[in-house]
Amino acid sequence: MTDVDQYIDEMLANVKTTIAAKELSELLMIGIHTGGVWIAERLHKELELQHPLGKLNIAFYRDDFSRIGTHPQVTPSKLPFDVEDKHILLVDDVLHTGRTIRAALNEIFDYGRPASVRLAVLIDRGEHELPIQADFVGKILALKPGEHVKLCAAENPEGDSPKIDKQGDLTLEITGTE
Amino acid sequence: MTGNNIQLDAQGRLKHFLTIEGIDRSLLFEILDYAESFAAVSERAVKKVPLLRGITIANLFFEPSTRTRTTFELAAKRLSADVLNLNILSSATKKGETLSDTLQTLEAMHCDMFIVRHANSGAAHFIASKVAPHIRVINGGDGRHSHPTQAMLDMFTIRKHKPDFTKLKVAIIGDVLHSRVARSEIHALSILGVPEIRVIGPRTLIPADISCLGAHAYYDMNEGLKDVDVVMMLRLQRERMCSALLPSEHEYFKRYGLDEKKLALAKADAIVMHPGPINRGIEIESSIADSERSVILQQVSHGIAVRMAIMAMTMGNKTTGSQVEETA
Repeated sequence: MTDVDQYIDEMLANVKTTIAAKELSELLMIGIHTGGVWIAERLHKELELQHPLGKLNIAFYRDDFSRIGTHPQVTPSKLPFDVEDKHILLVDDVLHTGRTIRAALNEIFDYGRPASVRLAVLIDRGEHELPIQADFVGKILALKPGEHVKLCAAENPEGDSPKIDKQGDLTLEITGTE
Repeated sequence: MTGNNIQLDAQGRLKHFLTIEGIDRSLLFEILDYAESFAAVSERAVKKVPLLRGITIANLFFEPSTRTRTTFELAAKRLSADVLNLNILSSATKKGETLSDTLQTLEAMHCDMFIVRHANSGAAHFIASKVAPHIRVINGGDGRHSHPTQAMLDMFTIRKHKPDFTKLKVAIIGDVLHSRVARSEIHALSILGVPEIRVIGPRTLIPADISCLGAHAYYDMNEGLKDVDVVMMLRLQRERMCSALLPSEHEYFKRYGLDEKKLALAKADAIVMHPGPINRGIEIESSIADSERSVILQQVSHGIAVRMAIMAMTMGNKTTGSQVEETA
């Protein structure tokens, strides 16, 4: 069992407790492209949610577009359900500045007005720049200045949808100071 | 005129969009792929993303247009930009203001992008060479020269139905002589690797040296339409014809209008395209324009997504590569 599997189990246990305690029937899950989708696919399968998984690509909602410009390929967002008045669990791989989550919330609200949005992340590496906290965290990781953490999929690291139903396919990569 | 140096920045990214010439295959595919993601935005309840918030785009149409101007306007609005529609035809130019003065006035209003349509070939290129460095220019059609966004939305539409450009036979039919659309389409098709591009029309409306662009001329529809995958009709541009090039509209329809009998020569799954506005009964039989094989209305919808992509790409490419950094 890799670290990632362990962290996912940690998230799962907490999400399950909350679902039971708050009676969140009809929970909708949305993963943020790409790493968040990988984690969400695993959680989604384990929780046996009735609605299909939503996938969000926040490229059109970034606050740094005027500085870094476009990415050549943007897989369109796909929310195969109505978010109106629903409870949503938003999933991402790494919570850092919080800007991605800000963008994701803006996009979700362009689809409707959810009853609630909770946030689950595999890694919370701190250094938040916005008042955004995760409700479910797999692991709190303290990184040195200049270090980055990235989620990698074993079989197809560049591609879109690696086979992530097996355990141990996802690994964390920490890159050091430049 | 290639416009090569002026529409790309030092990193080879799109800065202005003036002509298809001088853009390589990978960049054309990048535009098509990017447009694919914007097509999804137009299908949502809230058809808007905040990508170009705070940006002001001026529609400078020195020539009348409905379809191109409104789809550019919708594209800009769906990117959250502010749009200024200037009726240049009936105001500034009529009062005797020169083009350069009009441009300086708009720069003083802090516009960020100009969409230009002009009756003179090279107008957009001229404007792009004059504006301040932060301003982007997109060609919405210049004279007989180029209509690059129309060509890209046509390529987008073709790819939706025929995914492999390298296996296609494409026929462009009608008034090729006056058509900037045809010229841009021929360039785009050949850059994307289409092996057989045909142009069909009366000798008076086909430029003699069309083979320089890589297209083969046919003067008989029955020959030219044989086995083609894509039938692209053009509008007869009467407003640009200054001499007697055609006997009569009736005669034209008989020989070069698309009817069921002529269309039967093309492949059974061939699609029919037209940049609009269509002249029913002159270029195309009404029943074909409304048939399942016609993708004319899809072309209009795709125009919005393609123009969103081109606007976002030119506006987004404002920085140097060194500033690119991902934030989690």
